Amino acid sequence: MSDFCRDQGPRPTLYESSRPGARCLRPPACDSAGISAAALFGAYARTSPPALPQVSELEIMRHYDHLARMNFGVDTGSYPLGSCTMKYNPRINEVAARLPGFAQLHPAQPDSTVQGALRLMYELQEDLAAASGLPGVSLQPAAGAHGEYTALMVFRAALTATGNPRKKVILPDTAHGTNPASVAMAGYDVVTVPSTEGGLVDMEALRAALDKDTAAFMLTNPNTVGIFDPQILEITRAVHEVGAFAYCDGANLNAILGITRPGDLGFDALHINLHKTFSTPHGGGGPGAGPLCVSAALAPYLPGPVAARNSEGTYERMTPSASIGRVRAALGNFAVFVRAYTYIKALGAEGLKGVAEQAVLSANYLRVCLQDSFPVAYDRICMHEFVLSGARLKAETGVSTLDIAKRLLDYGFHPPTIYFPLIVNEAMMFEPTETEPLAALDALADALKTMAEEAKTDPELLKSAPHTTPVRRLDEAQAARNPNLRVVHRFCS
Amino acid sequence: MNYIPITTDEREEMLARIGVATIEDLFCDVPAEARLNGGLDIEAGLEEMQVAARLDALARANRSAADLVCFAGGGSYDHYQPAFIDNILQRPEFFTAYTPYQPEVSQGTLQAIYEFQTGICELSGLGVANASMYDGASALAEAALMACRIKRGRSRVLVAGSIGPEKIETLRTYAQAGAFTAEVISEDAYTCNSDLVRDALRDDVAALCLPYPNYYGIVEDIAPLIAAAQEAGALVILDCNPLLLSVLKSPGDLDADIATGEAQCLGNALSFGGPGLGFFACTEALMRQIPGRLVGKTVDISGHDAYVLTLATREQHIRREKATSNICSNHALNALAAGAYLAAAGPEGLAQIALAACAKARRLHDALIATGRFRDPCPGAVFGYEFVLEWCGPGPLEQAYDALIKAGILPGIRTGVAGLLIAVTEKRSDQEIDAFVREVSSYV
Amino acid sequence: MSTPDELYYTNDHEWVRIESDSATVGITDFAQDQLGGLVFVNLPAPGEGFVAGEVFGEVESVKSVSELLAPLAGEVTEVNAELEGAPETINNDPYGAGWIIKIKLSDPAQVGDLLDADAYASVIA
Repeated sequence: MSDFCRDQGPRPTLYESSRPGARCLRPPACDSAGISAAALFGAYARTSPPALPQVSELEIMRHYDHLARMNFGVDTGSYPLGSCTMKYNPRINEVAARLPGFAQLHPAQPDSTVQGALRLMYELQEDLAAASGLPGVSLQPAAGAHGEYTALMVFRAALTATGNPRKKVILPDTAHGTNPASVAMAGYDVVTVPSTEGGLVDMEALRAALDKDTAAFMLTNPNTVGIFDPQILEITRAVHEVGAFAYCDGANLNAILGITRPGDLGFDALHINLHKTFSTPHGGGGPGAGPLCVSAALAPYLPGPVAARNSEGTYERMTPSASIGRVRAALGNFAVFVRAYTYIKALGAEGLKGVAEQAVLSANYLRVCLQDSFPVAYDRICMHEFVLSGARLKAETGVSTLDIAKRLLDYGFHPPTIYFPLIVNEAMMFEPTETEPLAALDALADALKTMAEEAKTDPELLKSAPHTTPVRRLDEAQAARNPNLRVVHRFCS
Repeated sequence: MNYIPITTDEREEMLARIGVATIEDLFCDVPAEARLNGGLDIEAGLEEMQVAARLDALARANRSAADLVCFAGGGSYDHYQPAFIDNILQRPEFFTAYTPYQPEVSQGTLQAIYEFQTGICELSGLGVANASMYDGASALAEAALMACRIKRGRSRVLVAGSIGPEKIETLRTYAQAGAFTAEVISEDAYTCNSDLVRDALRDDVAALCLPYPNYYGIVEDIAPLIAAAQEAGALVILDCNPLLLSVLKSPGDLDADIATGEAQCLGNALSFGGPGLGFFACTEALMRQIPGRLVGKTVDISGHDAYVLTLATREQHIRREKATSNICSNHALNALAAGAYLAAAGPEGLAQIALAACAKARRLHDALIATGRFRDPCPGAVFGYEFVLEWCGPGPLEQAYDALIKAGILPGIRTGVAGLLIAVTEKRSDQEIDAFVREVSSYV
Repeated sequence: MSTPDELYYTNDHEWVRIESDSATVGITDFAQDQLGGLVFVNLPAPGEGFVAGEVFGEVESVKSVSELLAPLAGEVTEVNAELEGAPETINNDPYGAGWIIKIKLSDPAQVGDLLDADAYASVIA
């Protein structure tokens, strides 16, 4: 990557370049100056100041400019990270979220003063209900995992209302790690069922696991190997037959927007990652938003408040009648809602369907382009993503999937998701998304083809990659053995 | 409007390469009876100019802090956000990046978070801080879960009612899963009854959650309760305002085990309450039980300093159902903003901001009392930049509140029948404070 | 991969050295190689008792966690405290300095359930 260079690695933190007396942000002098912590708080006054940096504004800007240049974003280059839907983040979304009428609202303002915000939330709820086929929507969950957890708590409440919360939740072995972790947090036991050799739900194993103790079955569909499970109606029927709920992890919703709806597939609940499907930025790890969509029967249990429209046509906050209660403060990640809403209004029904069509077309195109270099784990039509296996290359050359991923960085691409799903050996999961140009897909395919050759002729080149990034491979074992999690100035307990 | 770069001709080329005739053929696995034939019930798309106008109209249908002077707090505060922060947040290398799982091309995010962790450790006086949580309320609930994991066999979590209604409600939701029971002491009171806490502290208590300062702005005398909790073998979780930790004795110095809180106040926009920024810190002894991501410093194979996500075996993608939390996406970009804010303010600036807010809060507090229309329900209480008063003017508070809104003042958050929780940040000018007092005095 | 003859083994890749009614337990060379550089070992406290097959601890690499299963029933008499500061000792010397715990056996007859070196070698073949 031409704009990364070795001498641009990390530089001292602002804590280390701090100089006593250097200053930046100060409040205006105020009348009641002279007031002191000791006078205000007595025994609770701080006696030694926190060792925060003392630097000027220019130094801060240069610092963050340097940090930014060491980062790779969607704007930097192709980012085919499977299951993460790294699509373009439209700039109008950013402008909208920063309008003072949105960015400077306090959550405690009376409804009468936030009609535009509540209307936006209400319409977003309606649009997400339309896209999911599930009429009850709460925007409150802050992320996908939070949405999963919220759904399981909603199931718990609905089952408890019938007298028995039940004991276990079933997952396929292809599930994202957040699924079992959310199940445990919601107080259920995890039961994992294996997938078939074709990467689908093993119906026999599922039926054997389903019983009256089952609260729910959680499935990502399309699943994490990029296949839409054609047995889906049979699956959700089987789940309902034992009185359990069918949960759809919405991580892969991008593939089916406008084609089919989780509600029509028999799912009772779905979380939507607005930061995947609806183009809101990932922010280097967040914030996202994980709205929860549920069936009409489950809607009374949703966390509140949600936005509602009353008979006079004005908007208000409303807590559902049998709500599980809040899962966080305020109403949700509102600034993320503004971005997703803006995106939905720009694309409209046809545009959203076009997203799914192009995402699936681009993934299949890339799959076909790559299949000669690396075996496809499930060699068939895929949805918006697919999984390659680096196992053959590793056996032949000793070059692992990790080495491939690192070498891709030298070619200016972000690597795919690697070593997931767990059922594929040396997995590489590619999701190009609909916003990647054809030339970029071709360039990615060419790079992987070249690398497959390099692995045979010069394996060390890959094993020691990357060579052109701001830092080289890291000593992660050292980081974990002797954790250094902060700049140490002085004793902290 | 769409953001798809592929042309019609290119589409045909791609279909041919795949060897299918139409895009429809790619959706062959979707059962026909579940296909959406009529299209989505969502309005037709607009061009960017139209979208911009639509959003502008919706934004204008709100009264923002730009024209409704904000005296509300309760976790979300209208502090001044320095101009440079949004400039940093708009760098696409930061905001369009994913979680830094590929450290070689994510040193920017990683180092920024490492610096944020350092800042939170400095403020909290605790040895370990994570890369962020969703918000203060969910961070507190995660702290309760963490305490129950550490104190195996204990499942009662005592909560001072003065920690505030949204945090209590969130704890109660999380408690429904059965890992702990949330016992709220002195709910709806402005301060927590110490004797009730002591009575409830037995050997089955995993944690005591105390606010610092509390929802009503008050710095309660928590030191004796911390000692009592530790004597009973329980962990102490302090829910803090991180800005005030610049002038308050740190949770570490108070011997707390875990500190959590809402850090929106550190350089982040109000945004109608979200995204906020949950922070989470604990003692080094508890490091391996902390939820969420941690950034650590190490070296690369050339021996240069470098940063990486570490101790990941705690997390969901590795430990799955035995993870310390299900959290994956956190609020990294908000943490980046907070890190930059802490650097800009520095130790002195941060304390000056906190003290300026405290001074202005006292000025407004005293002036409102002097109108004779509010009474102080907690006379003599030690408070920061937020305080609660009770209405004793003409008519119900509700009407006076509406009149103030009409006059362009968001006077605070109503609590109970007559209570008003008022926050005064350093941003409030003397004129704004005087206008508030004037409107109260002249209210009939 | 070395599998010393004088030791017993389990299908879960642990080795056991029997000395009268006590056993020293570690993980095999094969196991340490599969796991890669170890970064943390979670040890039980001396005095804790386990039944055969019960989880007594964990070893962690950067991106994996593996549970350690008690090969035999008994009470922990000693743990290798060196591992807390230097878990990589297991990688460097799995059958020697990298031992993990010592157990006083409650049922020495269970030794008959363990694998000998040849049997284990065929497990990992």
